[in-house]
Amino acid sequence: MVSETVGGTQSRLELAKQHSTPQWWTKALRQIAFYLVLLLIWHKLATSNLWSPGTFAGPLDVWSTLVERFQDGTLIIAIAVSLRRLAIGYAISLVLGIILGLLTGLNRYFDETVGSLVLGFQALPSVCWTPFALLWFGLSEQAMIFVVVMGALFSIILGVDAGIKNTPPVYIQAARNMGARGIALATQVILPAALPNIIVGLKQGWSFAWRSLMAAELLYITLSLGGLLENGRDFVDASLMFAIMLVIIVLGVLINSIIFGPLERVVRQRWGLQK
Amino acid sequence: MGQQIMTTSQHFEHRGGDIQVLPASDVALHVKDVSKTFISKGRIVEALRPVDLEVAAGEFVCFLGPSGCGKSTLLSIIAGLQEPTTGKVWANGKQVKGPGTDRILLFQEAALFPWLDVQHNVEFGLRQAGIKARERAIIARKFIETVHLKGFECSYVHQLSGGMRQRAAIARALAIDPAILLMDEPFGALDAFTRDRLHTELESIWAETQKTILFVTHNVREAVALGDRVVVFAPRPGRIVHEFHIDLPRPRSLEDHNLVDLSAEILHVLRSEMVANEEEEEENNGK
Repeated sequence: MVSETVGGTQSRLELAKQHSTPQWWTKALRQIAFYLVLLLIWHKLATSNLWSPGTFAGPLDVWSTLVERFQDGTLIIAIAVSLRRLAIGYAISLVLGIILGLLTGLNRYFDETVGSLVLGFQALPSVCWTPFALLWFGLSEQAMIFVVVMGALFSIILGVDAGIKNTPPVYIQAARNMGARGIALATQVILPAALPNIIVGLKQGWSFAWRSLMAAELLYITLSLGGLLENGRDFVDASLMFAIMLVIIVLGVLINSIIFGPLERVVRQRWGLQK
Repeated sequence: MGQQIMTTSQHFEHRGGDIQVLPASDVALHVKDVSKTFISKGRIVEALRPVDLEVAAGEFVCFLGPSGCGKSTLLSIIAGLQEPTTGKVWANGKQVKGPGTDRILLFQEAALFPWLDVQHNVEFGLRQAGIKARERAIIARKFIETVHLKGFECSYVHQLSGGMRQRAAIARALAIDPAILLMDEPFGALDAFTRDRLHTELESIWAETQKTILFVTHNVREAVALGDRVVVFAPRPGRIVHEFHIDLPRPRSLEDHNLVDLSAEILHVLRSEMVANEEEEEENNGK
């Protein structure tokens, strides 16, 4: 009886082991299978003649467009142009956002006034700024960057603000006790203490900036990701549109998982918010 | 009731041996008529009734009492992080008008900065004082050694145990070289073994550095093991009820029967004070 029970436990333990170790690759297998099925359905749909020519493209067409556009350089240039706009717009939002976030987080009067305005603007989709951008800046680079800034800025301000308001007071007390004042207190204690929340704001700001840029690039035709998308519509080239959408998805996922994912993990771990 | 306090505290001063009248230069801390009241939900709360207290330079004083007795409030007022409702505090000959690096407060949660490693945490105060990087590093290393954290200079807070965090916090405070260390239940969250070791280490650091230490605790034996003097607080309203001079030889052991007896005595006094207070309250409510 006894030995049987022991045997039973052992085999159950082994089962548990088998379940836990290869988990990551069974998950990967399931995902690969899912996407293969998806590609197959996509291909079947594309060859079913349900759409008129040019309004739908199968995975093979999209792939060949991608290869072609990469080889002739247009896609590389388009990506570079779009990322440059994103970088400029995001950098401006970052500087303004941190300054304004510090002010709303630290000053009650600023918080009551500008803080409430920021909340209002955060509720406004940044695409709503495109008509104004055109009026103020014309068909220009600045117009697009302006829309990107409007997309990212308010999320960043709110992230910094929330970070400051959620800082454990004990850090500030300890720092003041050790002689930290003014700018040193703000940059060496308050900002780093707020970092976990700031990163949440930065991440959200980035995704809004990315969305805003794509909308802004539809304003007028330039060689950019949004421009190529618009191009695809003008020439009724569905495979180009699908290809660009794919690139936009991949870039978005990449930036998230290369920059923001690891950044968030490191900070959350170091700040003791996560093991 | 005031009279009663006077006589009992005098009694224990005799027990402790000598009543010292200290010359002004040896007084590290002078608390005069300090009280704290605040309004909570429309009611006036007496966090601390007026307190007078004098602490000699190099003295180790423990504030003992249950939660809500005003001991942490008094410490925070001495640190300059809270303003008293009435009264004044003089530390090292100067009136306290805000936080200062001559009085460093240590917290139960250690309050180390998680974005800095141990080395840079210990350097923090020195950096604020404008000391050059090379000199900072040397001073910090010295105090990291003092608290036995050598080898952990590059560790971050989340990689340290609770005891190591408190050690790092002590090193961070010592690096600033304050005359007074204010410790607010620094070992309250530690297990008994770690706490015992830190008691011994704190005692030797105190003997070495000649710092004045004010140590808040709700653990009677901890207070008796560490303090030259134990100031007992009672809650609702927060106030000082007794003072005990402890003249047991150092280093002290928590198992020493003299220490255990004295702890029991202090606990007894504190309990009877609280019971008397409750009876008084009931009487008042009855009327």
